[in-house]
Amino acid sequence: MADFMNIGVVRWFDRRLPILSWTNHNLIDYPAPRNLNYMWNFGSLAGLALVIQIVTGIVLAMHYTPHVDTAFDSVERIMRDVEYGWLMRYAHANGASFFFIVVYLHVFRGLYYGSYKAPREVLWWIGLVILLAMMATAFMGYVLPWGQMSYWAATVITNLLSALPVVGEALVGWVWGGFSVDNPTLVRFYALHFLLPFVIAGLVGLHLWALHHTKSGNPLGIDTTGPQDFIRFHPYYTIKDAFGAGMFLIVFAVFLFYAPNYLGHPDNYIPADPLKTPAHIVPEWYFLPFYAILRAIPSKLGGAVAMVLSIGILFLLPWLDTSRVRSAAFRPVFRWFFWILVIDIIVLGVVGANQPEGAWILVGQVATAWYFLHFLILLPLIGWFERPRPLPASIAKAVLDGNEPASARRGAR
Amino acid sequence: MARPEEAPKQDVRGFLVMAEHTPDAHEVGRRDFLSVATIGVTAVGAGFAAWPFIAQWNPAADVLALATIEVDLSPVAEGQQITVKWRGKPVFIRHRTADEIAAARDVDMDDLKDPQPDSERVLRPEWLIMVGVCTHLGCVPLGNQGEYKGWFCPCHGSHYDTSGRIRKGPAPENLGIPDYVFTDDTTVVIG
Repeated sequence: MADFMNIGVVRWFDRRLPILSWTNHNLIDYPAPRNLNYMWNFGSLAGLALVIQIVTGIVLAMHYTPHVDTAFDSVERIMRDVEYGWLMRYAHANGASFFFIVVYLHVFRGLYYGSYKAPREVLWWIGLVILLAMMATAFMGYVLPWGQMSYWAATVITNLLSALPVVGEALVGWVWGGFSVDNPTLVRFYALHFLLPFVIAGLVGLHLWALHHTKSGNPLGIDTTGPQDFIRFHPYYTIKDAFGAGMFLIVFAVFLFYAPNYLGHPDNYIPADPLKTPAHIVPEWYFLPFYAILRAIPSKLGGAVAMVLSIGILFLLPWLDTSRVRSAAFRPVFRWFFWILVIDIIVLGVVGANQPEGAWILVGQVATAWYFLHFLILLPLIGWFERPRPLPASIAKAVLDGNEPASARRGAR
Repeated sequence: MARPEEAPKQDVRGFLVMAEHTPDAHEVGRRDFLSVATIGVTAVGAGFAAWPFIAQWNPAADVLALATIEVDLSPVAEGQQITVKWRGKPVFIRHRTADEIAAARDVDMDDLKDPQPDSERVLRPEWLIMVGVCTHLGCVPLGNQGEYKGWFCPCHGSHYDTSGRIRKGPAPENLGIPDYVFTDDTTVVIG
């Protein structure tokens, strides 16, 4: 980059619009901790997934018609008649799932390595807002094909608002633009589904701004002490991110070309019928744990509130976790409870996929209770009572002495 | 396993230097090969990935499927003209009178801006079938009008004769003739 910047015309341009030195500052000579492991790949992968969604989504918008009479047929036309339309739609539908996969791994990375702790609280909040915006976008996108699952997902989710006291019923009618989910609902969801990804892109800009202000965390969770702790972003992490992107795209391609409907639901190939609900209605896999929490509380309002709080309490995480040590690598007790939480959330997902009957009801209630217990009771207590392992003096010292804890080293270097 | 203690190498800006080998400026080494190979493979992959995004703008299968239409000519009496929609455009189908045919044939080629005998513009003299789009800027000319009793374009004043040839005005060419065949005496397939 330095040679390139010495070219006269390049320097001339950069003095007037410093986009090149900005790029250099943030993506090339940007100092990154030398010990980032592969769990630090999922941020860039989430960015890649967002780009895939926006590009394929704009293509789909050029062929889709948002009207209850034509929406379903226009999607089938995309599948059958538009050149490579099947590829665009399958890439978009599976891309949503893969977006959630990498974002969930990104969030769990943050939970494990304490990425939410000072001075990165705002960075963490913006990430949570992105997650909420993603959920809204995914939900409204799922409505657009106007199949049976689309229609009934829209009906069930919008009806959650009716749980609110006093204003609930009026609010639902306002969201619907009618007496039920119908054409006005479809068209407004389409407009918002088009808008929100660009809002997400703006939030990603803020997320990266906050990131580059506080600098990346690292698997040891200690602050950097000097230049010996850093390596340049390029080529070390550009190549590492590129490798991660290649792996991601291979797995993505496997689903795209060999199991494009595996993550979907066959009922959505039946046109929406407001007079008949499918026998077994479940949300997409990435909403299942939240769906389980919703159903665990035997009260309409209570379930909705619990579901909102399940993400809401994550905003308080920087203060609920009372330990000053960031990385779980040095927190023997926290690490156990982290993995129990992971299992708990997977259990919630399984519960969400099953009919709420028999033992599933109890399992769902226990798992929901544990989820809130973990964040509201256990996490503050662990911080008080746990004796963390001694932290290394610096990243460079830990790396060069070869005594990074295995849980901080996984895949590093 | 501990490594031998040594101060990590740093460059002038204080960054850690990880490369062991610093090639001379003109040396073509393994690194250059890897760089060129990486960029090359990426470019090929990007090209293949880009193609579907370009191709999706092509006319879709259902659009192409409607590219041919069949028209029943039996209700069109002599002297009448119908307009049918073909590929989103008007197609004039005129059942010409003997006078019109004679007028179309009785023209000196030197008088024409786009010289073409009437016989090259029709399969059957009584049926003139042409795309009703002015060759100037795409308006639809009006029938039975203009100085040559053919068509007149209201947008910029182009006059066409009874064979649909440009005679006067800004249009550069005669009205276009689509591909068509008569499947029987009263049925024509256009496209």
